[in-house]
Amino acid sequence: MDVDYQALKLTQPGVMPKSERELRASFLAQLELIPGGDKIKACIQCGTCTGSCPVSYAMDISPRGVMALFRAGDIESILRSRTIWVCASCYVCTTRCPSGIKITDILYALKRIAMDKGIFPSRFPVYALSEQFVKMVNKYGRNYELGLVVRFNLKTGWKKFLEMAPLGWKMFRHGRLAFKPTRIKGLEQIRKIISQAEKASVAIEREIPEYASPVGYGVMVEVSKDANRAGGGD
Amino acid sequence: MKYLYYPGCSLESQAQAYDLSVKTVFRLLGHDLQEIEDWNCCGATAYMSVKETVAFSISARNLALAEKLGGEVVAPCSSCFTILTKTNNYLKKNPDLKELVNQALRSGGLEYSGNTPVRHPLDVLVNDVGVEVIKLQLKRELNGLKIAPYYGCQLVRPERGFDDREFPTTMDDLFAQLGAEIAYFPMKARCCGGMLMSTFPEVGLKLSKEILECAGENEADVIITTCPMCHINLEAYQGRINLKFGTDFKTPVWYFTQLLGWALGANEEELGLKYNFVNISKRKLSSLGVTA
Repeated sequence: MDVDYQALKLTQPGVMPKSERELRASFLAQLELIPGGDKIKACIQCGTCTGSCPVSYAMDISPRGVMALFRAGDIESILRSRTIWVCASCYVCTTRCPSGIKITDILYALKRIAMDKGIFPSRFPVYALSEQFVKMVNKYGRNYELGLVVRFNLKTGWKKFLEMAPLGWKMFRHGRLAFKPTRIKGLEQIRKIISQAEKASVAIEREIPEYASPVGYGVMVEVSKDANRAGGGD
Repeated sequence: MKYLYYPGCSLESQAQAYDLSVKTVFRLLGHDLQEIEDWNCCGATAYMSVKETVAFSISARNLALAEKLGGEVVAPCSSCFTILTKTNNYLKKNPDLKELVNQALRSGGLEYSGNTPVRHPLDVLVNDVGVEVIKLQLKRELNGLKIAPYYGCQLVRPERGFDDREFPTTMDDLFAQLGAEIAYFPMKARCCGGMLMSTFPEVGLKLSKEILECAGENEADVIITTCPMCHINLEAYQGRINLKFGTDFKTPVWYFTQLLGWALGANEEELGLKYNFVNISKRKLSSLGVTA
């Protein structure tokens, strides 16, 4: 049977849209940074990660679901989920995964892509904390806790700020608030290091993948790709 | 062995008690801690989630500074410990990354070979100094004190280290040898919520509440911890947890070095007990070590 793919606005069955292909390319580049990152291919969908995760109850996509969506070629849905931001990076999933997948580090990689491409769930300011943190460190060389908490809470709403007040007062009474940031002497040096590192972020030349194929079932995917190229389906 | 001290940002501000007590314990046991001059933030998990190469580079600046001094880095904050260790491990396993990081470091006149070990004080105290030596210095036996040793995640899990990743026992063994009773505490390596306390309070508060509940049910007098983040979540947030769940927690949470220092005869000031919101009752404390 011949299918009119043009009429269906698809190029070929199984081919990913361009935006997804680009996301996949940056994700695969990130995976190469992680030692053992390629183990993602070995996911057996057992669900040990989800079952072990202390916060999976608060996620909209479970860690196992993340692996399945990646495999299915839908990274964008993962990036739009709460999941990657709810992860507290406690590493239980990574410790227990029978296939040795670095799940926590993979979620970090997805966070970086989300921030890089500006894809977030709607009305969702969580990444603001990381952003403020980076600003602090770039400015002083060290983290300035009080400044970080105040800025973050102001950014996410004054109501939250009020909720924090009693705790802040107690911290103050016990002498645990520092009211001045510490600037390191080597600020110039660290800024040079940061700007050089930013330029040099690992630029691995790679092909933009057409299919969501590199994960699992390697041989079968090769076969079906050929079938698609030949017109497929008849 | 020369120990190079990397306090980290928390120990400068809200976790001064940890800073004081680590220094006190090392001094009492006759070991020097030389602070790495002009260290910077390790990058923590927040930086790691934004820009990886930059995170590794600023982390490696500390290691490069330490390498010049020669010795082993001692990082008490679990998060700093894990990030610095991770930097070492990643650079070792990924030569391309190492080259990029070194390019960045060179632009600031530094270089890092990747060979400076990063240690946690718990590891150093138990495996270098040794429990036998600590026992010789014991001034107050901890008989009659029931403790719940809480390890959290970052110390044991991300980078396979000196203890089991899900059921660590280093602190249990150490304090049992010093006379304390160790509470049954299956939550000892469960997540306290970490940064979620700020980003998703409803999730963070629940996680910490469960840990406090577990310690309470097993009648621990005190929770001891190795991490400033766990400490603030389990201790300072007790008020908000009580408010949200209608509980009545007043559980003392101490840094393990505070309790160890107390056993070694240090006074309240040297251990920064005034920084704690809740302390072990004076009566309990003064009843300790009468035999020694």
